[in-house]
Amino acid sequence: MSDIQSPLPGTFYHKPSPEEPPFKAPGDAVAIGDQIGLIEVMKTFIAVTADIAGTFKGYSVDDATPVTAGAVLAELD
Amino acid sequence: MAIERLFIANRGEIAVRVVKAAKALGIHTIQAHSEADTEMLAVKLADEAVCVGPAPSKDSYLNIPAILEAAKATKADAIHPGYGFLSESPAFARAVEEAGLIFVGPSADTIERMGDKVAARQAAEAAGVPVVPGSDGRIDVSEAVSVAEKIGYPVMIKAAAGGGGRGIRIAKDEAELKTLAPQAKAEAEAAFGDGGLYIERAILSPRHIEVQILGDGETAVHCYERECSLQRRRQKVWEEAGAMCLDDETRESLCASAVALAKAVNYRGAGTLEYLYDEAANEFYFIEMNTRIQVEHPVTEMVTGVDLVAEMIKVCGGAKLSMTQDEIKKTGHAIEVRLCAEDPFLNFMPWPGVVSTLKEPTGDGVRFDHFLSEGYQIPPFYDSLLGKVIVHAETREAAIDKLVEALESMEIGGTKTTAPLHMALAADPEVRKGAFHTQWLEPWLEAGNLSATKGDAA
Repeated sequence: MSDIQSPLPGTFYHKPSPEEPPFKAPGDAVAIGDQIGLIEVMKTFIAVTADIAGTFKGYSVDDATPVTAGAVLAELD
Repeated sequence: MAIERLFIANRGEIAVRVVKAAKALGIHTIQAHSEADTEMLAVKLADEAVCVGPAPSKDSYLNIPAILEAAKATKADAIHPGYGFLSESPAFARAVEEAGLIFVGPSADTIERMGDKVAARQAAEAAGVPVVPGSDGRIDVSEAVSVAEKIGYPVMIKAAAGGGGRGIRIAKDEAELKTLAPQAKAEAEAAFGDGGLYIERAILSPRHIEVQILGDGETAVHCYERECSLQRRRQKVWEEAGAMCLDDETRESLCASAVALAKAVNYRGAGTLEYLYDEAANEFYFIEMNTRIQVEHPVTEMVTGVDLVAEMIKVCGGAKLSMTQDEIKKTGHAIEVRLCAEDPFLNFMPWPGVVSTLKEPTGDGVRFDHFLSEGYQIPPFYDSLLGKVIVHAETREAAIDKLVEALESMEIGGTKTTAPLHMALAADPEVRKGAFHTQWLEPWLEAGNLSATKGDAA
């Protein structure tokens, strides 16, 4: 089991846009480089990608939540 | 009725600017802040502070009911909206008016009218202000050639129903127009279900020139022009007062046109009329009006000595303008550069660090408007503007030299800033000559003029 951490402080989003489904759902396969979310920092959106491979377990914080750098965003099995 | 208790519905450096101006006028200041902004400088400087909601702007600085409730709870008699956020929201201005408070800005009706592109263009034309020559509304492909002949090539072809740059084409001559107009029509039909076109003169590589105006609802004056052509992603990065590319006669008619429009709409407060300037043709065209104080207002204050923020507070409190046009004189040249918490060497990646050291630029004719302090965690939730370094000298050349000295003397540790960009610009021969336009900076960056080594050397 491993964590995906936020590279920056900001607001974390599960979805590419409010109308779309989350980037990953529990049980999805995650490859290195897969996008799992977005961080909004100073009005700029930055992709959060997985630096490890695994199976998506779930998001650790709610959609559209303020996070600090290093905060755990999601867990993989 | 003069304002006695001013509520500041904004954050960052402009909140600091407004708090200081109001306190100097003897006004009690009430600073709004989000949960993420409890430590910001304006909160510390204001007489009192009140939380208006959680970190996201939509829940705090853009939350009209929460702001009105906080303003009433703190017994404010006026609200200053700053720039951005709700400063140009007619709904907000109207809600403030209806709550019996003073909105420090023009009336909601004026904001609404000038915020509507078509209505603003009509108001400008009615006041005799030149606008970009274009078709009167939508036209058909068959009319395009005759209309283009009247307004002059090159022309820009747009979808009447469109927006966001879709379907825009530029035709240099009649032959190109005849090829491109049907394409634009087909694309507009496919994208919007409406093949109507709109054409206007394409002003290639224009300069961005704007005029500062002040009004008290009855009369209006100008405080001369600014040039803000150095832009990245349509954001101004470096601004000057005045515009060296203008001759006196053009400057005079430009400023007079701005006053005519301000008077025609009974403007109250500080405002800016933005123009495109076609240097080759020596012609200017009104594009839009900003009905608020602007980020770059200090350059105008430096060359005229007018305190724009104090003046807008006074006239919105019911005073007449404290000066006539004859009393507004311009001396020397001023430059402002915007310092943003971004890494200019990494494609301007946001970099909200903790300010470890802060050494302000100082010196005669140097001004630093900011909201930083040592130990301050720059919040990631808002835009990246940290402050502005403003310099004033007798000539433009001397102002650039002073800017370099000011930036060299300044130290902001613990975060990245765009200061290296300004150092590189100040060293560029074209910038030194003032030979640039709105399409200049992005290709300059793409050409690698700001590499890490060059930045270090600067």
